[in-house]
Order: sequence, then C-alpha cells, then structure tokens
Amino acid sequence: MIEIEGLRKVYIMGDEKVGALAGADLTITRGEYVAIIGPSGSGKSTLMNILGGLDRPTSGSYRFEGEEVDEFSDNALADFRRRRIGFVFQSFQLLPRLTALQNVELPMVYGGVPGPERKARATELLERVGLGARKGHRPTQLSGGQQQRVAIARSLANRPDLLLADEPTGALDTHTSEEILKLFGELNADGLTLVIVTHDPDVAGEATRRVAFRDGLIVSDEGGPRAAKGGTA
Amino acid sequence: MRFFELVRFAFGAIFAHPMRSVLTSLGVVIGVAAVVMMTSIGVGASQRISGAIGGLGTNLIIVTPAFQRPGIVSGGAGSGLSLKDADAAGIGKIDGVAAVAPVVRGQAQLSADGANWSTGIQGVTPDYIVARDLTIASGRMFDDRDARQGRKVMVIGPTVAKQLWGEADPIGKRVRVKTVPFEVVGLLESKGSAGFGQDQDDIALAPLSAVRSRVLGRRIRADAVQTIFVKAAVADDLDRVQEDVTNLVREQHHIKAGEDDDFQTQNMASILAASQAAVATFTVLLAAVAGVSLVVGGVGIMNIMLVAVTERTREIGLRMAVGARRNDILIQFALEAVVLSLVGGLIGLSIGVLGAIGIAKLGQWPAAVPPWSGPLALGFSTIVGLVFGAYPSWRAARLDPIEALRRE
Repeated sequence: MIEIEGLRKVYIMGDEKVGALAGADLTITRGEYVAIIGPSGSGKSTLMNILGGLDRPTSGSYRFEGEEVDEFSDNALADFRRRRIGFVFQSFQLLPRLTALQNVELPMVYGGVPGPERKARATELLERVGLGARKGHRPTQLSGGQQQRVAIARSLANRPDLLLADEPTGALDTHTSEEILKLFGELNADGLTLVIVTHDPDVAGEATRRVAFRDGLIVSDEGGPRAAKGGTA
Repeated sequence: MRFFELVRFAFGAIFAHPMRSVLTSLGVVIGVAAVVMMTSIGVGASQRISGAIGGLGTNLIIVTPAFQRPGIVSGGAGSGLSLKDADAAGIGKIDGVAAVAPVVRGQAQLSADGANWSTGIQGVTPDYIVARDLTIASGRMFDDRDARQGRKVMVIGPTVAKQLWGEADPIGKRVRVKTVPFEVVGLLESKGSAGFGQDQDDIALAPLSAVRSRVLGRRIRADAVQTIFVKAAVADDLDRVQEDVTNLVREQHHIKAGEDDDFQTQNMASILAASQAAVATFTVLLAAVAGVSLVVGGVGIMNIMLVAVTERTREIGLRMAVGARRNDILIQFALEAVVLSLVGGLIGLSIGVLGAIGIAKLGQWPAAVPPWSGPLALGFSTIVGLVFGAYPSWRAARLDPIEALRRE
C-alpha cells in the first residue's frame, strides 16, 4: 500500500540545513500495525507528516496505492488527506467550540456528505468508541481518554485507508492508555492499517511491526510480515 | 464542499464571541448609517430647493444691479441701484416678454387695530402678480389707475393678514406703515414656505410710487428700481429673451463694448441648475466624509480577523489535516468578514433610514431616502468585508498545517 524510496527531508533553519530524513526506504502493506519508534529528532514525526500528506519530502518518492503522492498539488494533497488518511494527535486537536458529534462530523463536512447521513455516521462512530451517550458534550466536558476517543472516531469518519497516530497516549495515564490501545487493536483486527509514532515501548509492543529511527535513518525493522527491507539506505 | 457549510462555520465563529462581533460590526454600522443619512439629506434638500425655486417659475429672468467694483467696500448686489423705471419699460417692449415687474423693497412695521407686524414691503406694478405667478384669494390686485392716482393701497399675504387681524377678513381694513395709512384691497393665495425658513406668505405689496415716497423716502431716487422680474412667454425662449434684455439695458445705460455691465441678469433655470449642482457637490462631500468612517470600520474588521486567525491557528491546522483545501479556509474566513460587515451594513441601513426620516421631520422636508441607498449600502459593506477580510483570510489559507497544529 505504501512504498517509500530514498526519502529525504531537509529543513532550513536560519542559515543551517537540518536533515530530518536522510534517505529512508519503507514498505507497508494493507492491514499492518506498525509502530515507529526512536528518540526525538530521529525523523519519525517528519516521516509521519509526509505519510499523512501534511508535508512534502525534499527528495525521494512516496507512492500510496500506486499514486505518486510527492507529486500531488496542494488541492490533491488535501483531498488525499481527507479520503485516505485519519489522524490521531497527542493533544487530541478537537475544536473546543464544537460538540463531540460536530467534531466527528467535521471531515465529512469537507467530504460533502449530506447532513443527515453525516450525523448518523458520526453517532455510529461515537457509539463504536463507547461515547454514544456523550455526543452532545464539548471537549472541555470530557476526560482526556474520552477526548482521544472522540478524536479516533473523527479520524475514522471518511473511512480512511490508513490511520496515523502521533504519540496517541502521550497525554494519558496508564489505564486510559490501555483502553485506547485496545481500541487500536480492535480497529486493526477489523482490517485498518495503523501507523503509530511513539517512544513508549509498551505502545510499540502492541504493534505487530516495529520500525526504529535514528538520525533520519531506519536502524531496525522487526516483527513485520515483510521486514525484508530494513536497515540503512 | 458546500458553500452553505462554510457560511455555517462563519456564523458559528461570529456567535462564539457575540460582544466582540457586535463591536467589530459597529464601525460598519456607523459608516453605513452615516452614508445613508447624508445622501438622504442631500437628496431631500435638493428636492426642496427644486420645489422652492421651481415654485417661482422657471421661465423667469431676474435683472439686478451689478456689484459696484470701485470704492473701498463692495456694497453687494443692489447697492448701486443702477436700474430705472425706463429699463423696465424698455424690457416690456421686447418680443416674447409676457410680463415685466420692477420692484423696490423695504422693511416696514405694519400696525393695525392694536396689532403690529414687521414685514418686507415691496413696491411693485400690477404686473408683478403675473410675473411671479401669484394669485389673489380675495379682493383685487391694485391697478394702473391706483398707481397713477397715488392711492395708498396694499395687497397682503396670508401671514400678514393673520398676524394683524387673525381669521377676520382683511379686505377694506386700514393698516399703517410708519404714520402713513394704507388700505388693504387684496389678499394673496397662500404659497407656503419656500424653504430655509422663508415664508412666502409674509409679504405686503403696494404701488411702486407709494413705497418709494412713503416707505423708503429719501433713501432712493424717484425712478430707481432694485430688481426687475421678467417673465418670458415661452420657457424655450428664455435664453434669447435674456440676451435681448441684456443688450437693451446695456444700450440704455450707454455701456460701450468691452465695458463691464452695471447690472446682471439671471434666469431661474440656471439658478436652479447651479443650486442643484451645489447641493450635489455638498452631498458627495458629506457622503465621502461618511465613507471614511466606513473604511475605518473595515480596518476594525481586518484587525479582528487577524486576531481570529492567530487565535485559531490550531483550528486551521486541524481543518487542513482532516482535508480542508486552502480555498475552503480562505472562503470560511472571508465569509466571516463579509458576514460581520454585511450584518453591520443591514443594521446601519435601518438606523440610517430611521435617522433620515427623523432629520426630515426636524428639517420639515420630505423624507427622501433614495431607493438605491439600500443596495448601495449593502453592496458597499460587502465590498468592505471582502477587501478588509482578504488579507487575514489569505494569511489563514497560507498557514503550514504542521506549524499550525503545533501552535499553542
């Protein structure tokens, strides 16, 4: 599903060039549950932003289901994010003015889903994450774990091919983290492809494949059904 | 992405900060209200002036002495009294002249039966009522025989009659001007107010010779005239008649070619046009000043929109992450600015219309809110919203989603 070859990303900060990715190769197939691990500054978040179509590589190629994502226009990239990708963030990123239901509806609004259908699907998704009774609550009226579950429901709104989670349990306590991870496990069992960026070994342990980054390069790739392409570029 | 959803987002953001939104719109409210009021005042005043001047008859030519150039201080028009009875008589023979009315004016205290009233008394010939389109309501206009015999007779306007005798019939009553008794022979039909506080009914007419000798006395030569009203028979003939009048008076005054006239002629049509132009200029000026406050209102909207973009950077990043295109963000914020401005414009329009009606009541002229002021006000406020919302919206749409999501 995902094929990455020689992916490089260089940021220009003032006069200095900072390399975030130094030529990474990675292939992810449909249905995988991948944890991307590594210390901060290792390039794992940059990889995730590129995978999600929020950022563009400096060089290298990124193919998603055969399409060259790195060649997409801004609008095509926005459409790609909307149709293919679900994001889950460490800080939840719910809109405080909107209710849980409206937050879940948001991606479908941009997808042009008609109101009644949107509401029905959002309700269904909130029930799926166990928050059917709280769809009228605003984020400030929900606990951290509940907020993250709303965010997960939102990420599933447009039936994405790939769910990207960046430190999804980073702001949660151990017990709540376990619940969220259990939910991820269920979603993967239903066939959803998951890529989780984390530096928490417990979270990484839940995944079926662990890809380790250091200094913009993949240093190990284990557990995956197709772990053949590990190692340095 | 449907437009309607973006409108909904814009309203949601506006209602999230009701107080701030009201204060932001206030600039546009005031601007639009001021523009609507100013244009209404201009149009109302213009209509009133047209009515007043038009009421005098547009095929009227007015001949007055010119400003006196030499000397230390100009005495103003009329001070030279270069016009004479002979000029009026000569003008009367010009082809196409329907009536000629030489006039002298004085201010006089009228007293009768214990009542007093100070008014302008005009010495005129019987043709005056023809030249000025006046109508006798009761009694009669004095005629040439009254004038020849030096009879002290008077025709008065309704205001004078009311002030001296109330509702009683003034015909045949005696009235004193200083010590000189006059007999009221006629009452004029009411012409109403000419505008600007001038009461056209506050008038007293008497034969030219009587006013010269009894009211103005030594202050005026025996054949001097202050103004000559000339009525052309046909309005189309006005320019030609005016030229003939000018040539004739120049000849009678022995003014050589190249010398300045010692008199001037104006026709009512050109006075009307000139005053209309003056009012139009004034209206544009007022509206422009009011328009400045509309621009200030726009700057207020831009300011708040920039604040909103900064405050909602994370929201913008999130919207982009879930699939909003840059244009969706641009339109959402531009709509927010337009809605703020347009709602302000609607409120401003209502206040402006009410204000214009109120001012018209105070100024006693017909409330004249031009029908185009509605579309104009709303069009302008939309443009203000678009123009001043453009830069903040562009900033919002250009944000980098990764940076935006990271912003605290």
